[in-house]
Amino acid sequence: MAEFKLPANSIVGKGQYFSEPNPEGTNKIKKVIIYRYDPEKNKRPRTDTYEIDLNQCGSMVLDVLLKIKNEVDSTLAFRRSCREGICGSCAMNINGGNTLACTQSIADIEGDLHLYPLPHQPVIKDLVADLTHFYAQYASIEPWMKTDSPTASDTERLQSKQDREKLDGLYECILCACCSTSCPSYWWNSERYLGPAALLNAARWINDSRDEAVGERLDGLEDPFKLYRCHTIMNCTEACPKGLNPAKAIINIKQLMIKRKY
Amino acid sequence: MSWDDQRPMSPHLQIYKLPITAKLSVLHRGTGVVIFIGLILMVWGLASIASGKEGWETVHNVLSSGVGQVILFGFIFSLYYHLVNGIRHLLWDIGWGLSLKVVHQSGFLVLGVAIGFTVLTGIIVL
Repeated sequence: MAEFKLPANSIVGKGQYFSEPNPEGTNKIKKVIIYRYDPEKNKRPRTDTYEIDLNQCGSMVLDVLLKIKNEVDSTLAFRRSCREGICGSCAMNINGGNTLACTQSIADIEGDLHLYPLPHQPVIKDLVADLTHFYAQYASIEPWMKTDSPTASDTERLQSKQDREKLDGLYECILCACCSTSCPSYWWNSERYLGPAALLNAARWINDSRDEAVGERLDGLEDPFKLYRCHTIMNCTEACPKGLNPAKAIINIKQLMIKRKY
Repeated sequence: MSWDDQRPMSPHLQIYKLPITAKLSVLHRGTGVVIFIGLILMVWGLASIASGKEGWETVHNVLSSGVGQVILFGFIFSLYYHLVNGIRHLLWDIGWGLSLKVVHQSGFLVLGVAIGFTVLTGIIVL
């Protein structure tokens, strides 16, 4: 059964307030409220509030985080790497929606800025969620090419332009977990439901003309939970920072499940 | 699911701003429940007719009261919404209208149609 409330050890309390002096009133102050949890010091998480002068800060949410870490509070933990939306490390919940901190402009956010780790995950520290289970589910769809036929010695496995185009909208996934952790079905059933990211990647291999294990892949997904917990709620597609459509990919798999029976 | 992790679970429903698509999905669930309960109400109505004039008059009086009207039209709206949104689900299942833009448009359309049909039913019946 779905558990809508947070467990007792996860209730979020109020934390510290870091104010920014604004003597001449010329600073562009933005309040940034951040989820904090330090396993060595705290029993429960809290939210700290930081006042940040946007005139002294870059334009993206990630710039705010870097500014806080460098200048205000070095204990803040978050993941980041490429700062251009291709590594997926800085995925988090920004004002109620999952996206990448590095591609989310501060100017597009009205009012205070609220930052939380990806929803319904174990928190390692602050904005860093434990994605071990998410990655294990990705591995479970066997995301590599499987073939029985021998590889020709003089050529690679070729693909027509049309067949290659079938992978557009699937291969671009960066596994940031924005979609899976936005999905209520995944929140309530993540032990058994694979979630949009793993299923979109399953579709990426099922639709690859070079892969020779489509039947085996579909067999692996034929399960009331792994695939069919998707109820087309569409949070995944709304959240995807790469503009992909996991809900559509899942329906594609469901269709193939039916088609192969007739 | 019991949470036996020492570490906290990050907030979900508490902080997630559900997009319109998710809200309509919740409404689909909710109207499904209302229909189920409403069917019991319908059986009660039918049984009252079978029991004779007096029985039906009781039901009629209840459904004509303010609260009764709210329940009745809540049930009628639920039937329409669940039906029309069910068709939307079927269209998705054959691969139609899955782009985010169309999903939004069809969402508002089903909501509008359900409300429209409910009002229309009210006009015809009352």
